[in-house]
Amino acid sequence: MTVTDRPPVLSVRGLSVRFLMPGGRRIAAVTDAHFEVAAGECLALIGESGCGKSVLASALLGLLPSNAQSAGQARLGELDLLAADERTLTRTVRGRLIGLIPQSPAAHLTPVRTVRSQLEETVGALTDARGRTAVRSAAESAAERAAFPADHLDRHPHQLSGGLAQRAATALALVGDAPLLLADEPTTGLDRDLVDHTVDELRRHVDDGDRALLMITHDLAAAERIADRVAVMYAGRIVELANTEAFFGTPGPRHPYSRGLLDALPERAFLPIPGMPPELGDLPDGCAFAPRCEQVTDACAALPPTTSHIACHHPHVPEDLRA
Amino acid sequence: MLELHDITAGYDRKAPVVRNASLTVAPGEAVGLLGPSGCGKSTLARVAALLHRPESGTLLLDGEPVRHWRHRAPRDLRTAIGVVFQQPRLSADPRLRLIDLIAEPLRATGRRDEVPDRITELTPAVGLTPDLLDRRPHEVSDGQLQRACLARALVLRPRWLICDEMTAMLDASTTAALVAAVENYRAATGAGLLAVGHDQTLLRRWCDRLLHWDEVAAAGMGKLPRASGLREPSVVPPAT
Repeated sequence: MTVTDRPPVLSVRGLSVRFLMPGGRRIAAVTDAHFEVAAGECLALIGESGCGKSVLASALLGLLPSNAQSAGQARLGELDLLAADERTLTRTVRGRLIGLIPQSPAAHLTPVRTVRSQLEETVGALTDARGRTAVRSAAESAAERAAFPADHLDRHPHQLSGGLAQRAATALALVGDAPLLLADEPTTGLDRDLVDHTVDELRRHVDDGDRALLMITHDLAAAERIADRVAVMYAGRIVELANTEAFFGTPGPRHPYSRGLLDALPERAFLPIPGMPPELGDLPDGCAFAPRCEQVTDACAALPPTTSHIACHHPHVPEDLRA
Repeated sequence: MLELHDITAGYDRKAPVVRNASLTVAPGEAVGLLGPSGCGKSTLARVAALLHRPESGTLLLDGEPVRHWRHRAPRDLRTAIGVVFQQPRLSADPRLRLIDLIAEPLRATGRRDEVPDRITELTPAVGLTPDLLDRRPHEVSDGQLQRACLARALVLRPRWLICDEMTAMLDASTTAALVAAVENYRAATGAGLLAVGHDQTLLRRWCDRLLHWDEVAAAGMGKLPRASGLREPSVVPPAT
């Protein structure tokens, strides 16, 4: 299921992002993230809002504000995204190496121009197509790849339904034929049928080529439907990385936070995790989840190392493995 | 009883969004209204919350017909209903600290002296911590802001609660926490609930009774053009 024999498209090693605030405060938005995404694979990054998921995405695209400091490596082919200068990012990365599928397509599209004109502009900027007819047909085929209906191309964004606006934004992201697609909460606010539909279409773009997809979401059902692997983020750290089937099925997640997150689903126990996530500017020295964890012990005062893709001092052990 | 009879409502007289919709919520009952985005369920919820005047039909609140909506609605009716919207960012004044956001309904109705007591009660009930109360909306997460919005809806102890996609933007744990807070309030006060949403699993788990949009509104009216499925109507309803 997981494509592990192919070289990773994106390889993130020890990525950390700190925001320097007035008064010398430091916000630890992302800490020591390690993961890889291979071609033909989808990795879902899940976690509560405010846990650092979107900051990680912004770091990969070089879109962090000026008070941010990043460390570590994010290799996309030969290029280290974190070390790349603005010129490289603009000319070779955004749109060409990484296609961004935004959170709110209705806000991402330019409201005063038709979908066709936005697609043609993107085609003109990112591809070799030159001349009116070539650009026009390239834009039409880009729309077709994202299953955007040709008779809606001359409409403005406000005339599109949520699902069609999502496809228009996906079409724009696919124009540059980027090896990595980055989808930041692509299903927020959509109803369940549209979520399933959007997610299935995204999956199709991974299945039919050499693309990798990194999807950031808090929608666990969407993650289960689309992803090969899931990475669970808590307070800026990736606390668990697991195969989707094992995570959502048996043996289930191993980190207490992931278990709590799944138990909060209405189709499961529907019980919230007690307490609230910690402030990223005021993280404890040890395990950040310890104050909310049922299994907390003295060991949790020390930061748990990440061993076999899990950062916990006492991860859940499946029944049949217990002595 | 909260009764909606034969409600037709919308933003353009020629193309109403809701046609001939009827539903009732008994005291203490939790009713879930399920429908796809853009079907008009939020507009119906706004009618029930006295935030949008319908073109025709009647709304009975505890047997009394409602004659005025929005700012013209009498205060004792307005304060009987608490509303929580989908997007906390759009429904919170960015200039108010959370404590003022929650206390505003009390101040607006001349019950300023109840503020300290109600804040002390509600802060733990919705899962907020005292240090968050001094922050402004941009300094808290969506989940924390929605908790404050729920506290604001509960602060006047309404007999009816209307939750329009209250948890659509939130993660699983915050969703479960907010639903638990609503249910605790209802268990303590016997308030009725109309929860509008598109998540069938959630509403089935949450509510006593589940209504599908097709059962509530008139069928066979043809598909209405949909402006934008993604854009929320703003908190301030358009002038009618």
